[in-house]
Amino acid sequence: MLTVTDIDCFYGDVQVLRQFSLSAASGEILCLLGRNGAGKTTALKAIMGLVPPRSGSVVVDDVDLTKLPAHAAPKYGLGYVPQGRRLFSELTVAENIEIGLMATGQGKPTRDRVLDLFPVLRERLSQVSGKLSGGEQQMLAMARALCTEPNVLLMDEPTEGLQPSMIAKIREVVVALKQTGVAVVLVEQRVDAVLPVADHVAFIENGMNRETVPVQQLRDDPSLLHRYVGI
Amino acid sequence: MKGLISKSLGLHLGLIALLLLLHFILPDYHHVSLARIMVLAVYALGFNLLFGYTGLLSLGHALFFAAGLYGAGLSMQFFQWTAGPGFVFGLFCAIAVATLIGMLALRTVGVSFMIVTMMFAQVGYLLILYYNEYTRGDEGFVILRELRMLGPLDLSAEGTRYLVALALLAAAILIKLALVRSPTGRILVAIRENEERTRMLGYDPFRYKLMAMVISGGFAGAAGAAYGILFGYVGASFASIQYSILPLLYVLMGGAGVVLGPLLGTIAMFYLIDIASGLTSAYLFFVGLALVLLILVAPKGVLGTIRDRWVPWLP
Repeated sequence: MLTVTDIDCFYGDVQVLRQFSLSAASGEILCLLGRNGAGKTTALKAIMGLVPPRSGSVVVDDVDLTKLPAHAAPKYGLGYVPQGRRLFSELTVAENIEIGLMATGQGKPTRDRVLDLFPVLRERLSQVSGKLSGGEQQMLAMARALCTEPNVLLMDEPTEGLQPSMIAKIREVVVALKQTGVAVVLVEQRVDAVLPVADHVAFIENGMNRETVPVQQLRDDPSLLHRYVGI
Repeated sequence: MKGLISKSLGLHLGLIALLLLLHFILPDYHHVSLARIMVLAVYALGFNLLFGYTGLLSLGHALFFAAGLYGAGLSMQFFQWTAGPGFVFGLFCAIAVATLIGMLALRTVGVSFMIVTMMFAQVGYLLILYYNEYTRGDEGFVILRELRMLGPLDLSAEGTRYLVALALLAAAILIKLALVRSPTGRILVAIRENEERTRMLGYDPFRYKLMAMVISGGFAGAAGAAYGILFGYVGASFASIQYSILPLLYVLMGGAGVVLGPLLGTIAMFYLIDIASGLTSAYLFFVGLALVLLILVAPKGVLGTIRDRWVPWLP
């Protein structure tokens, strides 16, 4: 379970997150929505410790990660799939996965389970990852993060630039993760791509979490989407 | 995977065997030159680990080379040590200096890292000149021939010198090959490709970069110590900025991020300078021209381009 409480983050003197809070329980999919520049990516980076909060706390499964260095987060169950995939493009698919496995000392069972989720990667193991298609790269980015066996997975716009079949595949994997008890925090611009799988939606505006609502409430009253996302 | 490993190991062992064969057939001049090249190639191999694999461009590597050179030379000069202890002490000095400089310089990134490493190397160079009472400054000093002994082996003898240089190069190549094929080697490449992403997976980049710096400094120090012992001369010019730039040129020429790239680059650059300097005092013009051509034709260096186009398994 992830609990973020009242974090404040700054880029230099500019405050980008203000008293930002959210929580995601095990097996829950929380979608973080907001306009461009609202602070969605920064919120994920702050949770990971890449943009250290000046105040507030980030707790994963009762462990306070706020003061720990960023590289310690995966050891406590936090996984991150960044925007734009950011693979190690000169390494092969197998090497990318191996680096993910080694990070938290996982072995063959994890490797097999992850490759079962993304069978296409199994066929590309010896291929240099920079030469994969966009969809395959996204799958590899997810696979690499899953190799650390996270309890909480943060995903930043995983469907960006992907064709519908790939989006459907990623959605399928997210649902499979939820069923294994992983808490997923999803930042997305494409509301239609994530609402079908989300449990809750949090709206971020000017670096603040304005409202967190069950997804059913949005279906009944889409005006919130109009207010915070402009659609 | 096993096939690839044995193929690349076979290639590297084959090359070492070829260099051994050359020992018996090369004319005197090239025999001496190749011994020198092999020692300098060890220096470049270490530089490549930091630059080609980890993505850190140091402009102060001459400091580590000089630490090995002076560590060996001064200890032999003042304590009358022979080659073995002198080499070990030189190596130790280089590793100690690389650790210290790494802990400080790795707090910076990019251009700042280049400047900070260059600045430390300049400090080292100036210290050598300042303490000329011990180092003999710019003039340098000669290591006594009777001290350049490794057990019964006289390292000043041409044949022995070549074989010892080859043994050092072989060890450096095999250590480097093992390292870059290991999980640690892949993490270094991952840091080069995307440091932040590597951190997000749970690795501490500082720790790995420091390790790369220390190993790289160790290679440079081993080369420096061997250079002094095998060729008998220790001088401040080896600590100058020129000796920080040379391994970069070797690596760019041969191919960064390829194990054998620095060796090929050292051979090519050594002979280019050798031949061009016999023709004109403006020999650096030819070095510059070669680099411009290289960037146009093979921007990843000779072996880097060959790997990209034809031999993807080349480590």
